[in-house]
Amino acid sequence: MPQKLNRWPARMDLLQSGTGLLLVMFIWGHMFFESSILLGHEAMYWVTRMFEGEHLFGRPYPLLVSAAAAIVLLLIALHALLALRKFPANYRQYQRMNTHMAAMRHMDTTLWYVQVITGFLLFFLASAHLLVVLVQPDNIGPYASSDRIWSGRFWILYASLLLVVHVHAGIGIYRLAMKWGPFSAASSGLWRGRIRLALYCIVAFYLCLGTASLITYMRIGAEHAPYAGERYVPTHASGAH
Amino acid sequence: MNTIPVSQQRTLNISVLRHNPADPDSEPHMQTFQVEDADAMTLFVALNLIREEQDPSLHFDFVCRAGICGSCGMIINGRPGLACRTLTRDLPDDITLAPLPGFELIADLSVNTGKWMRGMAERLETWVHAQGLEQIDLSAIEAPMEPELAQQLYELERCIECGCCIAACGTAQMREDFVGAVGLNQVTRFRLDPRDERTDAQFYELVGDDTGVFGCMTLLGCQDMCPKDLPLATQIAFLRRRMVAV
Repeated sequence: MPQKLNRWPARMDLLQSGTGLLLVMFIWGHMFFESSILLGHEAMYWVTRMFEGEHLFGRPYPLLVSAAAAIVLLLIALHALLALRKFPANYRQYQRMNTHMAAMRHMDTTLWYVQVITGFLLFFLASAHLLVVLVQPDNIGPYASSDRIWSGRFWILYASLLLVVHVHAGIGIYRLAMKWGPFSAASSGLWRGRIRLALYCIVAFYLCLGTASLITYMRIGAEHAPYAGERYVPTHASGAH
Repeated sequence: MNTIPVSQQRTLNISVLRHNPADPDSEPHMQTFQVEDADAMTLFVALNLIREEQDPSLHFDFVCRAGICGSCGMIINGRPGLACRTLTRDLPDDITLAPLPGFELIADLSVNTGKWMRGMAERLETWVHAQGLEQIDLSAIEAPMEPELAQQLYELERCIECGCCIAACGTAQMREDFVGAVGLNQVTRFRLDPRDERTDAQFYELVGDDTGVFGCMTLLGCQDMCPKDLPLATQIAFLRRRMVAV
């Protein structure tokens, strides 16, 4: 009788891909919500309140935002733990990979290295961002966020996070498609080109969207700097109530 | 006045990483040879010219000269390829040659891919497993196979075990126990073969860990550098899906 199979290598491979996919879906959705500021203060305020559950429960519960941040942080921790297995583990492996990559001048090999570097940076950048959301969930809004970004100088974190996370996500999705995609041998090359082109466009789109909204937050934050700390009061609240 | 264009003859500078581990005095070093380029010259021809006319001690392997035997795999300007399938006209004036990394060095450009391939084949048991093979009547007509399936198997059988996919794989370069695309491709080939009675669980025991299919990080160097243009990435993805479903 064959001994019992150790299914953990399969589970870990699937989990690494699965957590990665979930995180990319999250960040791509997140970009649309945070860029609601491009539609105006009111739109961003509405989105903030929606995530605090106001439209569902009648009053805002910022704890919901903390809970979401905690889940994302856990997903990142799990993804990082699994991805760490693939990092070069010692100097010899680094040296071999560097020599190999430099000699090969091969796009996908180089992209993998970019993912190792961006992944490493995300340990810090993503954790810093999530920690703020986790402990100050009520500190999100048209003015609260803008003040943090401008007066609190968080734009430095968000600008680097924006670039790093989207490069990592874009390459990651491309690799996932090639890793699992049920393409036929004949059409695999065609799909590879299509997916790569699509992801170039998607990453470029999100970088533009993110930059535009970050600049908007910075502009609002700069204008609001003398009143930093004051919260946004929606126009309908001040008028109708 | 002569206005007919004449192709310029160029001189190739072929630098070879030379070392003979069997010689205690040998130090690894680069040696450059000058060779006059010629129309339709392959790197294999250029190396033979060097050996015949300049240095008979130069080691390199070849058998078939036609991309079938897989002996002349080497690193050509940083990338793995077959010397016999590489035309010098596709290369710049300066050409750097090195032995395939990841294999035992015999000398200069000659490496022992055979030893590696045999180890891989024994470890992955790349032969048909079936009950009662000894009793099979070899003169009887075999059970027919769907032409599409036969074609698919034939396609995967085209692998010549040249070792280029191992030299092109970042994972294999970092982790010596990784079986690489050549190994995973062969497992897929037997997984598809109806004559092989092994179950997916049995294949999982052979490749279901980080030295097998789950070690692959999809850097796609194997697919892009394969001299036989085998659909290696597709095969590894197929095997990965099957092994996860076990």
